[in-house]
Amino acid sequence: MTGDVACAEGALAAGCLFFGGYPITPATEVAERMSHRLPEIGGTYIQMEDEIAAMASIVGASCAGAKSMTSTSGPGFSLMMENLGLAVITETPCVVVNVQRAGPSTGLPTQGAQGDMMQARWGSHGDYEIIAMAPASAQEIFYQTIDAFNLAEKYRTPVLIMTDEVIGHMSERVVIPDAKEIKTIERVKAKGRKDRYRPYAAGALGVPPMANAGDGYKVHVTGLTHDEMGYPAMTVEAQAVMMERLMGKIQNNRDDIIRYEEFMTEDADYIIVTYGVSARTGRAAVEEARAQGIKVGMLRLITVWPFAEEKIRDLASKVKGMVTVEINLGQVHLEVERCVAGRVPVKLVGHPGGTLISPDTVIHTIKQEFGV
Amino acid sequence: MTTAQEAQREAVKHPLDDLLRTERIPHIWCPGCGIGTAFSSCLMGMKESGIDLDNTVMVSGIGCSGRGAGYVKLDSYHTTHGRAIPFATGMKLANTDLNVVVFSGDGDLFAIGGNHFIHAARRNVDLTVVCVNNFNYGMTGGQVAATTPHLAKTTTTPLGNPDSPFNLPLLAYACGASYVARWTTLHARDLTSAIIEALANPGFSFVEVLAPCPINYGRRNKEKPLDTLRLFQEKSIIKNNAHPTELDVDWERGVVLGTFVNNPRPCSTDMYDKVCRLEEKPPKKSAA
Ligand SMILES: Cc1ncc(C[n+]2csc(CCOP(=O)(O)OP(=O)(O)O)c2C)c(N)n1
Ligand code: SF4
Ligand SMILES: [Mg+2]
Repeated sequence: MTGDVACAEGALAAGCLFFGGYPITPATEVAERMSHRLPEIGGTYIQMEDEIAAMASIVGASCAGAKSMTSTSGPGFSLMMENLGLAVITETPCVVVNVQRAGPSTGLPTQGAQGDMMQARWGSHGDYEIIAMAPASAQEIFYQTIDAFNLAEKYRTPVLIMTDEVIGHMSERVVIPDAKEIKTIERVKAKGRKDRYRPYAAGALGVPPMANAGDGYKVHVTGLTHDEMGYPAMTVEAQAVMMERLMGKIQNNRDDIIRYEEFMTEDADYIIVTYGVSARTGRAAVEEARAQGIKVGMLRLITVWPFAEEKIRDLASKVKGMVTVEINLGQVHLEVERCVAGRVPVKLVGHPGGTLISPDTVIHTIKQEFGV
Repeated sequence: MTTAQEAQREAVKHPLDDLLRTERIPHIWCPGCGIGTAFSSCLMGMKESGIDLDNTVMVSGIGCSGRGAGYVKLDSYHTTHGRAIPFATGMKLANTDLNVVVFSGDGDLFAIGGNHFIHAARRNVDLTVVCVNNFNYGMTGGQVAATTPHLAKTTTTPLGNPDSPFNLPLLAYACGASYVARWTTLHARDLTSAIIEALANPGFSFVEVLAPCPINYGRRNKEKPLDTLRLFQEKSIIKNNAHPTELDVDWERGVVLGTFVNNPRPCSTDMYDKVCRLEEKPPKKSAA
């Protein structure tokens, strides 16, 4: 099946019961699959009037208790930024899939890119932490979508799946395991006396237990800066307290959230840092370079945000040089540079989008830039 | 609280106190503002209708009117500007047991949120949408809105509004709303009855409430708070079932109030269950 379809199947396996969609190439197939499958299992699909509405609808659905999701690509992702921020500040679990295509604007609708990575990090206004994942195959997007729902529920946060046109449209073998082999996580619910519940008081991991609409807790949920009761609190102090917990629940649990994979890094002289579909380029480049006698290894970021800073710093202290491989003109690369902080040279192998980067380009860059 | 304070509190208890987050009062609304009346009529209607309030939510967008959700002691959601309806749609579809009331302003629901309104009405999503129409953007200081009368003055139309306002009931009717009514804040009793009818309609219900904004709209248009209410009294014409094309807000000619549409038809979730769910499949399970 294609990556888009595997993504939808992963969502269903995770317990998704609501999908608010809006068609856009190359993400449409996620919505189409959900529109077929959700009514069969007692869930609901709705095609909203635009992506602003699609995003708002999934935040609402999640507040009503349903695990919820939407999918889109660049232009729609831009429209979702407003209510992504609402999900962040109201701490509403949900999953947003961006099947990236080349931009800016309408760009190359049918051709892949990884140009929305910084938008994923900073696209909605204000400071916030976000979780963003990048799958490298159809099989992985299946599991990653389940993982995304689990992280969303566990940390009461939106989680982004930053895939791309190639993974979305490519057909690959996908094994769907038995339901009982799939581990799903549900949000921690409010318990105990209704008059004592403080909807935004930190619980375990800094995450407040959540009351859904209709649970009887009569919560107030607002996009304004709020106190532990969820009530608007228009003060500098309330802003500081709220922001510290919002940022902290992700930052303080980085070890639990950050996922990456290392490929032949133990003895490597040079490290490729990459993610998503470009990890296929990276892997081929490592193999080819090794065949030529150059010790190259790869760090594949599975969660791109929050950023695997410690790991990059650690690797930077052991190697002679690093390259970032991504289908944009230098986004995650900026983070790699920041973390390496001049310890070793770091080069970008980027691309303006529309096609994959060839392993040869990566090897050529390593040879040329590092004089090997 | 001392016993004396408690006794005093008891003495001034408002009949809607059980539906209010009393700890959040005083509210932000200005003296003479119509939102409070619209809000209390809305709560009164919700109470009198007998709906299960434990399963009732209020959703608001952004604006003075949009602060409504912050004062009601129900599950309440104060969302983003214009997005109350799609947020509410998600809630309703995810848990059809919920009664979902949207309480917001004219700018919120019909300018930035206009697209959402027309589609929710078209689908007949089972929502009750109450719009406080105060003819301007109150919260941001009185700018022109999609409801500002032609030639009226606002901070961004200092010489008068060159455009014409929406006829909101006509818009709602044309989009497929199955219940449409309009009252003013002076007609609190009728408004309460309209809310009760709107809640009883199993589909998209729209109630427009004409309301004074003395601070930002009235002041610039030489309308003292009482002048606006006098206008509401003297220039309103109650005419149930009036044709929606007759409902322009034109104070010279008079403004028609009443119930204009009350034609229940299958709501979006009924149609979804009927058309999209095959019969032998298990019934909709409620969300976790
Ligand atoms: C996206 C966005 N744009 C603009 C604003 C600023 N804003 C806040 S309230 C408002 C207008 C509200 O008008 P209305 O809905 O009529 O409510 P009222 O205050 O009149 O009750 C605007 C433009 C905002 N909050 N968000
Ligand atoms: S600005 Fe106008 S609408 Fe807002 S509270 Fe004051 S009177 Fe009411
Ligand atoms: Mg207004």
